[in-house]
Amino acid sequence: MKSMPDDVIKAENLTKVFNRSLVAVDHVTFSVREGEVFGFLGPNGAGKTTTINMLITVLKPTEGTASVLGFDVVKQANDVRKVIGVVPQEYTADEDLTGYENVMLCADLYGIPREVAKKRALELLELVELTDFKDKRVETYSGGMRRRLELACGLINRPKVLFLDEPTLGLDVQTRAATWEYIRRLKKEYGMTLFMTTHYLEEADALCDRIAIIDHGKIVVTGTPSELKDSLGGDIITLAIKENADVAGIIQSVENVKEVRKEDGSYRVKAVKGEITAPLIIEALRKKGFTVTRLSLTEPTLNEVYLEYTGRAIRDTEESRAEFMAQRIHLRRARQR
Amino acid sequence: MNGAKTVNECQPSFVRGLWALTRRELKKWLNDPVMLVMFVLQPLIWMGLLGKSMNIGGLFSANNINLPQQVPIPGTAILYPSNLPGVVLNGTMLSQMFAEMGSKIMEDTFGVADYFSFMAVGMVSMIVMTTTMFSGMSIVWDRRLGFLDKVISTPVSRAAIIFSKILNATFRAMFQATVILALAYLLGLKLSDTFTPLNLLGVYAAIFLLGVGLSSVFIAFSIRSTRMERPMQFVSLITMPLMFASNTFFPTRLMPDWMQAIATVNPLTYLTDAIRHLTILPMDTTALIRDFTYLGLFAAVLAAIGIVLAWKYLTR
Repeated sequence: MKSMPDDVIKAENLTKVFNRSLVAVDHVTFSVREGEVFGFLGPNGAGKTTTINMLITVLKPTEGTASVLGFDVVKQANDVRKVIGVVPQEYTADEDLTGYENVMLCADLYGIPREVAKKRALELLELVELTDFKDKRVETYSGGMRRRLELACGLINRPKVLFLDEPTLGLDVQTRAATWEYIRRLKKEYGMTLFMTTHYLEEADALCDRIAIIDHGKIVVTGTPSELKDSLGGDIITLAIKENADVAGIIQSVENVKEVRKEDGSYRVKAVKGEITAPLIIEALRKKGFTVTRLSLTEPTLNEVYLEYTGRAIRDTEESRAEFMAQRIHLRRARQR
Repeated sequence: MNGAKTVNECQPSFVRGLWALTRRELKKWLNDPVMLVMFVLQPLIWMGLLGKSMNIGGLFSANNINLPQQVPIPGTAILYPSNLPGVVLNGTMLSQMFAEMGSKIMEDTFGVADYFSFMAVGMVSMIVMTTTMFSGMSIVWDRRLGFLDKVISTPVSRAAIIFSKILNATFRAMFQATVILALAYLLGLKLSDTFTPLNLLGVYAAIFLLGVGLSSVFIAFSIRSTRMERPMQFVSLITMPLMFASNTFFPTRLMPDWMQAIATVNPLTYLTDAIRHLTILPMDTTALIRDFTYLGLFAAVLAAIGIVLAWKYLTR
């Protein structure tokens, strides 16, 4: 299969079924263009990591095909492996080795000429600001440092495509922002194509050129963050009234209002030009004798997009950390059986 | 961006990948001296307690027989010449005769006069077995920690991934065997007259073959496993029968037939036999050729199976 020159990653009906029953990825079709940052956004267990694992040749697809830079991920797996870099979700660096030793281990696995590898390892450690710690054992590293080390390892072969699986999972807000900065710099300095997964909306919004929202193993919608926001058809006005009555009809009759939904005591109104429409709604309600007690206007964020397309807030899928870890371990096992 | 042209400078080589992965494991191992000591302690305790307490040779020694100075034999016990009223024997001499017969029995049974030497070599086999099996378990860890997935996503040879595990297990076994042999020598292992330092090379070769064979079995078994419990169960299930249905502690000749049958196919028997012939027994070329042939076949067949399974199952 010859792919279009500008499609770096191409997946067609990519499917993975575990144990003949658990459909983790369900006929997913998408393509990633050269030089863009493409994000898979979805809750835990949506099939993001499974998709990445198929693209990086760790898992074999049950059905469908995928190619990276024109190489088939099954038939030409070894060619794919040479041109990609992988930054896994877990901290995979060896704790008993130093940062430098870890990067060099990766270089050995790729078979990068020794002299080139040594020079590049130092360069990369410099890039991720680990030079001062390069001879310290990884067990002394913090979460953020480990993540950066993974980044350095993933870049050792100067990959054309870099896969980042949940690059900021479990990091605090500051470290997360710093990691975003590294990713932006990588994209700029190396001109790589990036494929990343995340369940943080802000992250997808901040980093990705295009996003695919994935839920229950299926892609629900694909587009640039602003396309997705625009597709909602306007701003969101949330309001509540003092009286106990259904005023959805009144709001609906106001100009520019596209949709009204009643949500536990308040109204969620979708409207074009929210800043003009909101006063009109208040006016219309006052005329009928109702008093607006509370009103807020939000321009659509990915959160709204997410809510719109999956029917639930992404926050709902974030449980306590313990539950989350248990689920991760569970999933990891499920994936591996 | 055409798939046909070479895209970068990666030239993954089997040897380099193998060495890098093996070195990683050895470094990890050397960084953990506590584990190292534990692994040596276990067979040392066995060797010290079992080997020294089961002093089979001592049963027949002059000290143990302790006959009185004079041993009277009543006339009724004497068949010929008849009508003797009885004799009195020199007890000390009699004890010595028994002791000589004792060491003859020991030598006929164990090949050497002292049981300690016999079982100390058996201990080397035991440590080779346990070390190779347990270190094969590290593949389960690598899978759980995600390291294995990362390695699989690089172009390194799949065979190198498996062989690094095998080599690492085997190197460890060789190291521990050296420690055990040295300790056994200090505790009184008696080397045969035909022993030369060159024989040690043969010892290492034999250990290497068994290590490769056993760790291949183990890795093949645990390659898909994500939990430690299953391989652990497997190890504890298999080690006892392998150890006792072999010549590790006792010559197989005196075992019941069904046990002898197991011992004959048990690779541990051949390793122990080979090391004994190279160290404490007089060199027997025929026996050594048989032992090495068996160990060689064992290693080759199982390593081949291990590699095939690796190819099939590393990528799920």
